[in-house]
Amino acid sequence: MIRIITFLSTFLVFAFGSAYADPKKVGFIYIGPPGDHGWTYMHDVGRKYMESQLGDSITTTYLENIPENADAVRAIRKLADSGHDLIFTTSFNYMDQTHEVAKDFPDIKFEHATGYIQADNVATYSARFYEGRMIEGHIAGHMTETNTIGYIASFPIPEVVRGINAFYLAASKVNPDIKMKIIWVFTWYDPGKEADAANTLINQGADIIVQHTDTYAPCQAAQKAGVYAFGQASNQEEFCPDAHLTSIEDIWGPYYAERAKAVVDGTWSSGDTWDGMDKGMVVMSPYNTKLMPASLIQEAVNMEVGIKDGTIHPFTGPIYNQAGELVVPEGEVAPDGMLLGMNFYVQGIDGEVPQ
Amino acid sequence: MNLDLILGILQIVLIATTPLVFAGIGELVTEKSGVLNLGVEGMMLVGAVSAFIILVITGSYFLAFFVSILSGIIMSGLFAFLVLFLMSNQIATGLALTIFGIGLSSMLGKQYIGTPIDGLSPWFFVIFSFLIVFLVSYFFYKTKVGLILRAVGESHNSAHALGYSVIKIRFLSILFGGSMCALAGSYISICYAPMWQEGMTAGRGWIALALVVFATWKPERVLIGAYIFGGVTILQMNLQALGLRFPGQFFSMAPYVATIIVLVLISSNKLRIKLSAPASLTIPFYKGR
Repeated sequence: MIRIITFLSTFLVFAFGSAYADPKKVGFIYIGPPGDHGWTYMHDVGRKYMESQLGDSITTTYLENIPENADAVRAIRKLADSGHDLIFTTSFNYMDQTHEVAKDFPDIKFEHATGYIQADNVATYSARFYEGRMIEGHIAGHMTETNTIGYIASFPIPEVVRGINAFYLAASKVNPDIKMKIIWVFTWYDPGKEADAANTLINQGADIIVQHTDTYAPCQAAQKAGVYAFGQASNQEEFCPDAHLTSIEDIWGPYYAERAKAVVDGTWSSGDTWDGMDKGMVVMSPYNTKLMPASLIQEAVNMEVGIKDGTIHPFTGPIYNQAGELVVPEGEVAPDGMLLGMNFYVQGIDGEVPQ
Repeated sequence: MNLDLILGILQIVLIATTPLVFAGIGELVTEKSGVLNLGVEGMMLVGAVSAFIILVITGSYFLAFFVSILSGIIMSGLFAFLVLFLMSNQIATGLALTIFGIGLSSMLGKQYIGTPIDGLSPWFFVIFSFLIVFLVSYFFYKTKVGLILRAVGESHNSAHALGYSVIKIRFLSILFGGSMCALAGSYISICYAPMWQEGMTAGRGWIALALVVFATWKPERVLIGAYIFGGVTILQMNLQALGLRFPGQFFSMAPYVATIIVLVLISSNKLRIKLSAPASLTIPFYKGR
């Protein structure tokens, strides 16, 4: 059931043995197809950027549609066995599988996306997408007329909860009457179900749809119903031009190029990277000038500048949890540790995080 | 709860459930003739991708659905050839058909991923799905051919002895099942979520297979089962959006629990399930015997 695509060159290089293995081999494990116009697509854009930057000093391989189960171990091991020097595993739930294979191949470097456990040969990296969620929340607070936001969430992991909180904090700041309606669909990828969730939210009065799932079905549903939406992972304006306000884009290329270069130079070391807008890892798609007033676009751009230079942080105190306890004091910002493990809603959001 | 909200929920349920009805009723006819085709998911995907590609190339919705149904007939024809003429194992062949369909649809659709299209209104198909269930029901219980088809599913040797062509009837039933599955797939990629994405049917083919058992091989019950499943799925989304405090796992498992409960209720009457399950299901027919 898994279709595996490997570049012929990889096998050729392997066949000719280490004498010809001068270019370093970089492998990728993808959870979806590179054509999903979402998460995997952006990792593939990053891979191509890395190739263009490093030229002949590397060759790349990718395996697509790898499920987050024991199949992932086989896929990662396949790359390790075929002489790869650096392997990127690009989904949170590849964590155990990555470490399992990494233990057996101490000389191969591994990079696990959105993970939080490192080893001598396993580095982790992620992007501060919540910075983009803050800007989306600010825009939504201004653009909504029903004061109701519909949010389609995938799985209750900190990454997703953090996005919801960052969005709500910014939205409620400009519009204290705002209400969030959240639907957990428990999938990253099911266009039909994502559309159902979007339509359900719109039916309940939401006039802005936010998604943390991988296809552009929710944006399409918003377009059809005549409400606004934010895209996910890549610029999705062409699929829903009358609904799409902006998207948070994941820009992995420069990081991939940097890490691959380190392997080529022999300077790679493990670590944890969590970059945001300041390093260009998180970028906002062009704001929709047809739908948004110029003043609001300017505010959003200013916010980007503030986030980049560090004067604005999406989680600036005072922040209370739903029980009314102060979790981030006034004047302070939430430490990364709290953000990485975030499993609670902030005050003002109805419902509770599924456990 | 005001009327608009309820009407809105109803609309979403109708749109979301229709592909399950199509695939379910198609598989039911196939199984009624005594053949189990586990290739539903694969045929749906090939149907979805072929409709999408034809729509992008020609811009004609009619051609898109026409070619899609044709693709279902070809896929199921392949299956029919293998299990009816070469006597291959139905379960293994059906699984292979699903795997083949997943791969084939990904390959064909590669360059069409992310091509924007104008979706088609689903309402014609929603109405058609009800119509087809009642037509199948009428066909089974009010026409002679329907009776023969059921007889072939119950005891192919008796039907053969009476001079009916078991192979021909099974062949046509399989083709009908395939075309319905392809229709379900094209409905998904053209009306329900107008796009092509690899594996976009996301397991609905397997749900359709479960529905046939759930329905104890009765056409109207496929409709009822599909709407219980679709209704619970959409209802739990509505409860979530209304901010009800419920464990999320409960929400996502609710449709499956509902299915299992009804399955248990039905199967507790062993005689009943025995009576309605086609007695020759999955048993190959050797003409020479």
